[in-house]
Amino acid sequence: MSTQDLYQQVIIEHHKKPRNFRKIEPATHQAEGFNPLCGDHLWVYLNISASGLIDDISFLGDGCAISKASASMMTQSLKGKTVTEARAIFVDFHKMVTGQLNPDDDTGGSERILARLKVFSGIWKFPARVKCAALGWHTMTGALANETTISTE
Amino acid sequence: MKIFSEGLLDMAAIRNDFPILSRKVRDGKGLIYLDNAATTLKPRAVLDAVYQHYANGASNIHRGVHFLSEEATRQYENARETVRRFINARDTSEVIFTSGTTSAINLVAKSWGEKNLKAGDEVLITHMEHHANIVPWQMLREVTGCILKVAPINDRGELIMEELEALITPRTKLISVVYTSNSLGTINPVRDIIDFAKKHGAKVLLDAAQTVAHEKVDVQKLDCDFLVFSGHKLFATSGVGVLYGKREILEAMPPLMGGGDMIKSVTFEKTTYAELPARLEAGTPAIGGAIGLGAAIEYIEKIGFAAISVQENDLLTYATKLISDLPSVRIIGTAAKKAAILSFVVEDIHPHDMGTLLDAEGVAVRGGHHCTQPLMSRFKIPATTRASFSFYNTRGDADALVLAVRKAIEVFS
Repeated sequence: MSTQDLYQQVIIEHHKKPRNFRKIEPATHQAEGFNPLCGDHLWVYLNISASGLIDDISFLGDGCAISKASASMMTQSLKGKTVTEARAIFVDFHKMVTGQLNPDDDTGGSERILARLKVFSGIWKFPARVKCAALGWHTMTGALANETTISTE
Repeated sequence: MKIFSEGLLDMAAIRNDFPILSRKVRDGKGLIYLDNAATTLKPRAVLDAVYQHYANGASNIHRGVHFLSEEATRQYENARETVRRFINARDTSEVIFTSGTTSAINLVAKSWGEKNLKAGDEVLITHMEHHANIVPWQMLREVTGCILKVAPINDRGELIMEELEALITPRTKLISVVYTSNSLGTINPVRDIIDFAKKHGAKVLLDAAQTVAHEKVDVQKLDCDFLVFSGHKLFATSGVGVLYGKREILEAMPPLMGGGDMIKSVTFEKTTYAELPARLEAGTPAIGGAIGLGAAIEYIEKIGFAAISVQENDLLTYATKLISDLPSVRIIGTAAKKAAILSFVVEDIHPHDMGTLLDAEGVAVRGGHHCTQPLMSRFKIPATTRASFSFYNTRGDADALVLAVRKAIEVFS
């Protein structure tokens, strides 16, 4: 993957027009995440029903295109999923961005599970940027675990 | 080394002195190294000196009576003399080797600071300090109850000198200030600050980490009390740095670390400390690093600061003009007196994205807060992209930077 591939149009587009870029009030779960290395800083909000369904998910914050696009696409992929499914997607996503899982070669169904999130599949070749792609996701899992502040350091 | 009469450098010869400049980086691109404020590249002269120490010397200093130890001791102490001459200290006892700028400032804060500051005494810093010149004083505040004051800067990134002077009180014990800002490039009027300090009986520490590789520093002419810098930003290796202090001040400082090399005699009842500089250098120091630092200084003395300034000023002027001409770019740090550091932000492009996109073109810059978060807050930005030049850079490097920034703007358009 080249740098040009990293900055695919879909990432630039999500960066410019992030989806679900708002606060949920009141939210059943929320957390603040930051990366002290680069100053990326965002908040993730979730509304989870009694049956464990993610009725709504959103985020706010400032950061690079990678962190913003990743958080934006995360909200799209997780809306309507159960908490258990969200955790499973996170595990696959995390494996993918750290280079431990290639969704195109995987037989465990991760290609279908990750779907559009595959645009981040080559980011492990840019180690300094993996945390950018993972920030929103770490913040989301922190919110699910009722942790209020998540730092990637 | 051939130096043209105009004061210009023989760039081919200079670049040949730095083996890394022929390296290929991402996607086989040639290296355009513009991250000199983070660390400078190492010339062959330094690499050879360090290599020779480990290949042929490799002995510990100040202890063995054997041939190699005596030789290593002599080379280590020669390096100290080279540093002394470089900054024009009165005596080699005023040159303490540390692991770098950070450890030098911490040594002053913990040793001199804890001894001399009481609750209510004041340390004055500026809004453009590196975290290494903020956090040690906050830690000192925790211990002593001293007060930390911050002198403001204007929108160009210059100290507001009247306000700085107004912040000095009879309780001000130390003014600790960055000589050259690593984020903005601002060269501060340290001579005036030292004059203010003298009037009020305050001591002055100068963080010269970004200064010593670019202009002549004379501690006697400046009359500063402390001056600190790192070897790795002066073409030497990481792990070695310098604390200069006036002898009478260093002599009154209790050692921060106890151990080998810093003692006269040890019994379980009582230990007497060695004289300066050993007293403040407990343990085996970075011997190869110090020897390399001596070689680095000799190397740049041969080139001369006159030629270095001509080259770096030209690069700053040239790159500033090109970057300013780009759409939606704002330069952060436009002081009248600047080192060759160019920090900028581009509308809607985070410096981390910029850094990655420049890297794709082989251009190495720093994107981030540069360990100056309060300064970033002052300019209401999270980070900048910083291109920092050294004398081995060329106008071609600046062209490559600007071309890569243009490409990045296209990707985001």
